Amino acid sequence: MRPVETWLYPASLGLYCEPGDFYIDPPRPVDRALITHGHSDHARSGHAHVLATPETIDIMKVRYGANCAGDFQTAELGQTKTINGVSVRFVPAGHILGSAQIVLEYGGRRAVVSGDYKRAADPTCRPFELVPCDVFVTEATFALPVFRHERADSEARRLIQSIARNPERTHLLGVYGLGKCQRMIALLRAEGFDAPIWLHGALVGLTALYQNLGIDLGDCRPASTAADADLKGALVMCPPSALMDRWSRRMGDDPVRVFASGWMRVRGRARQRGVELPLIVSDHADWPELLDTIVETGAEDIWVTHGRDDALVHQLSLMGRRARALALVGYDDDAE
Amino acid sequence: MRAFAETLDSLSTTQSRNGKLALLTAYLRAAPDPDRGWALAALTDGLPLRIAFRRILSDLMAARTDPVLFKLSRDFVGDTAETVALLWPTPADPVTPPRISEVVDWLLNAKPSEHAVIIASVLDRCSVRERWAFLKLVGGAPRVGVSARLAKTAVAEIGGQDVSAIEEVWHALKPPYTELFAWMEGSSERPDPGSVPVFRPLMLAHPVEDADWPSLDPLDFAAEWKWDGIRVQVSAKSGEVRVYSRTGDDISPAFPEIRSAFAHTDVVADGELLVVRENTVAPFNDLQQRLNRKSVTSKMLRESPAHLRLYDLLFAHGEDIRALSFEARRERLESWHAEDRPLLTDLSALVPFTTFAELEEYWRGAREAGIEGLMLKRRASPYLAGRPKGHWFKWKRAALTLDCVLMYAQRGSGKRSSLYSDLTFGVWRTRDGANERELVPVGKAYSGFTDVELRDLDRFIRANTTETFGPVRAVTPKLVLEVAFDAVQPSTRHKSGVAMRFPRIHRIRWDKPADEADTLDATLAMIDRPAA
Repeated sequence: MRPVETWLYPASLGLYCEPGDFYIDPPRPVDRALITHGHSDHARSGHAHVLATPETIDIMKVRYGANCAGDFQTAELGQTKTINGVSVRFVPAGHILGSAQIVLEYGGRRAVVSGDYKRAADPTCRPFELVPCDVFVTEATFALPVFRHERADSEARRLIQSIARNPERTHLLGVYGLGKCQRMIALLRAEGFDAPIWLHGALVGLTALYQNLGIDLGDCRPASTAADADLKGALVMCPPSALMDRWSRRMGDDPVRVFASGWMRVRGRARQRGVELPLIVSDHADWPELLDTIVETGAEDIWVTHGRDDALVHQLSLMGRRARALALVGYDDDAE
Repeated sequence: MRAFAETLDSLSTTQSRNGKLALLTAYLRAAPDPDRGWALAALTDGLPLRIAFRRILSDLMAARTDPVLFKLSRDFVGDTAETVALLWPTPADPVTPPRISEVVDWLLNAKPSEHAVIIASVLDRCSVRERWAFLKLVGGAPRVGVSARLAKTAVAEIGGQDVSAIEEVWHALKPPYTELFAWMEGSSERPDPGSVPVFRPLMLAHPVEDADWPSLDPLDFAAEWKWDGIRVQVSAKSGEVRVYSRTGDDISPAFPEIRSAFAHTDVVADGELLVVRENTVAPFNDLQQRLNRKSVTSKMLRESPAHLRLYDLLFAHGEDIRALSFEARRERLESWHAEDRPLLTDLSALVPFTTFAELEEYWRGAREAGIEGLMLKRRASPYLAGRPKGHWFKWKRAALTLDCVLMYAQRGSGKRSSLYSDLTFGVWRTRDGANERELVPVGKAYSGFTDVELRDLDRFIRANTTETFGPVRAVTPKLVLEVAFDAVQPSTRHKSGVAMRFPRIHRIRWDKPADEADTLDATLAMIDRPAA
């Protein structure tokens, strides 16, 4: 038996598997990178060899161009590969389209690097699969007990009700461009909202990719092609940074600013951003999901990658588990 | 509780006044009595509950959460009540929250030792938004950006009335205000204020504009000095005296000496509250120390004695004289004052003049004399609530100006949320013994520019940002703003040691090099001297 920390550990370029000679989600260019999902703090350009799910590879190519890595190897979900004697399996993480946990087995021990994950339902990606393991590597973006997300479908209904109540006002919905954007569209469609949805330029490419990959998102159009009259009373989506910026001046004097994010659980965050309708929808596990998942994996050791590692490590120690913060650099604690 | 929670939740993130008013009115129309009355109380003068709120919350949480996690959460959320609402376990099965009136009844009739149990049992029956709203309801000021006046305006909307109608009876009413709602809905008469000395909405002035002068006849107007204190109304009846701010807040507890001075009178008087020492009006700052207090110490009474300079009389011996002309009211004011002789008061003197040119001489001397400006009051005007046009004018002393350098900019709110409209500017300071100069901030302004200028400023700020902290941008110090302001005061809150009153952007000096902007020494030289 080889203890996991002897063959998987944080190195200067990122989380490194020594016998396999590969990194997982390295923040800087490396020779061989395994990528859990397409968010830019996990999937970066410039690696020589990339192993990821087909969807993640497609996302990387849309974001960074077809030549953003030396070569790409696809990892189908559920299939096992062996790299230099390390068994490697990609398993759905439920975070965004193509997102995976990476299951590593070596020397009779199993580690799961979960990337970012959630347990709540999401019509745009496969649900999280639980893999029992010895070491569970977890995120901690929303690891404070105040974070308990709302049901995403009921939050989508709140938005639809607000649009119905304010037919004169444009609803400007701020969303993270990859994952949250397409999930919100899918949720709205599932709740019967079938009007055209207008997209800020930064959201167009990835939304088209989701549609090309067979996810039905209905009538989505670039906002740049809209006449001003089209936008009145309509739903327009944009990245969070555009919500209050010059671009939003097209939306009339008094748009309803909406933001869909786990951070909206805290009123001060909504007020700070000038958000009138905060929707508490997240693609990350909330506090109970984090704790349940960790317990269910049966892992003896829990390694925390990024986010509120202080609170999570403290809670796990109260629960009698060995937990430590990996203090990996390069991940966004705040992006959602 | 559910409808109240939804309303409060929306109010907390709605920025526009009209949006807030619509939310409040809709809630107050639809909610039953007495729940809506208790909600109204929470949004205005506060519920009449005495709860050791902070201690109870901390005891409840100590028994339910780990202290480290609570502290980490509280630090992140920034508000204790909200943290408790978020951390409290959500019941597994759907629950129905109690009505507001039930909760208030329980708490009103309970011993203090029972408060914690009641609060816990209510929290157990609520969803997360309801828990937050409940804690805001019973925890004092809800801080959702709703002023007491806006809440009263929403009540007035129900009856299609002006808010002044509500204000005139407000202080004679008690929560849960059922007779007020009955009156607004037309099912009963206007509540009788009885012997309570209620507030009567104030008459306010417009600034006099250059375009106004040709249409004004000096013979029609009386002039007074504009005193730099706070406008108040003293309402006295049957030995009871209240001091009201211009918005109708009862500020009596902060000014016991004024209450005693009027105890033997039966009037409603309008005047300026000042701090006066040895016949000299103290700077506004001294008065500020006395404001917003539930009680005053004898030291404060001694060191910052209050004084009321009287402008007008609305009621004399129970008689409503507001319909009389200013001149007639002034006579009544003088004769009443000579008769009752309340201590700590005097009359605001009339400034004699026959031509506006003559008056302009006084106006020019106002700053030298330490006076804020002049008031013009139409002799024939009745006392009208609000800010009616053409009756009273304020003619503020000419503004001072300084050339300052733009240092920081922050996004505005509402319609200005995509524009950097809140500007912080500074002047040059030379450190003792040093050759180099540095900029120190002296003020912040949001107005004075046109929409076109605002767009130009916004473009400049974006193109010259050196650092960003949240919504604030630091900009390269190279744009000179000519800032107009009423006065400069010493301040411990600012690094420069000074603060400006009423600053606004007078001109944008695109042409002027930042090096040539004004200095801190020049700014300090403008600090007001006490008025005679």
